[in-house]
Amino acid sequence: MARRLIELPPPRGPLSGRLFEALEGTPNQGLEALGPVESADPIADEDLQLALYVSYELHYTGIRGVDEAWEWAPSLLAFRAELERPFEAAVAELVEPATEAELVSVGAALQGIAAEDPGPPLSRYMETQGTLEQMLEHVVHRSAYQLKEADPHSWVIPRLSPRPKAALLEVQADEYGGGNAERMHSVLFAKTMAALGLEPAYGAYLERLPAVNLATVNLMSCFGLQRRRRGATVGHLAAFEMTSSIPNRRYGNALRRLGFGREATHFYDEHVEADAVHENIAAWDLAGGLAAEEPEVAADIIFGARALLQLEALWATHLMDSWERGESSLRERAAVPA
Amino acid sequence: MNPSHDQLPPVTITPYPDGPYLVRGDFVVQDQEGNELPTERRTIALCRCGRSQMRPFCDGTHKLIGFKAPSGPEPWPGD
Repeated sequence: MARRLIELPPPRGPLSGRLFEALEGTPNQGLEALGPVESADPIADEDLQLALYVSYELHYTGIRGVDEAWEWAPSLLAFRAELERPFEAAVAELVEPATEAELVSVGAALQGIAAEDPGPPLSRYMETQGTLEQMLEHVVHRSAYQLKEADPHSWVIPRLSPRPKAALLEVQADEYGGGNAERMHSVLFAKTMAALGLEPAYGAYLERLPAVNLATVNLMSCFGLQRRRRGATVGHLAAFEMTSSIPNRRYGNALRRLGFGREATHFYDEHVEADAVHENIAAWDLAGGLAAEEPEVAADIIFGARALLQLEALWATHLMDSWERGESSLRERAAVPA
Repeated sequence: MNPSHDQLPPVTITPYPDGPYLVRGDFVVQDQEGNELPTERRTIALCRCGRSQMRPFCDGTHKLIGFKAPSGPEPWPGD
């Protein structure tokens, strides 16, 4: 696997335009402070989500032509905070607050939340009817996260006390291949992409990913990078693991139905077994353990779980609606200027 | 030799609420003939609801069938 290095994608409006232009220059210069950002729908705002995504990517990867010192440039952090504010507020509007009963047993509450997935039956559709084109689109969407699978939640490791930290590491060690790079989940996903004839390089499809998909990844970066959201990070991971094994079996079945072999399905098959283990550790030992030691973040654990499901539902709805209209769920590649 | 490590049980089996048995430690899973069932991860989940499609391992099916079981022992009827 080559070292990750992404290209700056074409901007999608004034926010990403100003940010990308500054990033190509000297660190901390030329990025004027933003006032409050007005957005009618921050989660679907192409300009806002792309600017946010690239500002987070500085922590994960290199960007061609961008000085790495931008990562901690005060003007970049101030700019990003103005993007995060409307995004976090929009997510909060979608999420019902935790009830008293949920706070009493966070593990049981997470089971209930994960069982009530608010989204459309995307994995069942893919298993039974999805076309090859739709499966490829699905994989391209997922590449935004799966090629860095587990990384956004790893930011929270040093912020946890021993019991939840040990539980998180038990999950993450497996995500990262248990000491074998070839079994690392992000590497398995790259192999799936290659087996499907897609470009497995990190960030290769960024230009084609719509806001509603970038928002699902921005959510985890937003939680993971802020210690104050450690509860939400843990809740997000728990809900992710708890809603993974059954859909992944269906995606593997979809690929088998479409004629693909083990090279393509391994990522999905691995997740059926892995997440059947992880979901229990994540709900009871990680989330339950954190709630027991820091009851003041229990409500944010529940918030993170519900936020994941709400944003995944918006994303899945976008896919199903696009396909219903006979359209691609991805953005067109910009024409190369003559 | 790490003395605290010596005090750890070699294998633990933990029933998770409404979920599978998680097995941790220095274990081997084998069939009745003694053939080892290969496991690739350090912690595994064994099916407890009986409805997994990849028994003896858990595949999450317990969530679809509303499987309920406590982590501790079942109470006796009438208790």
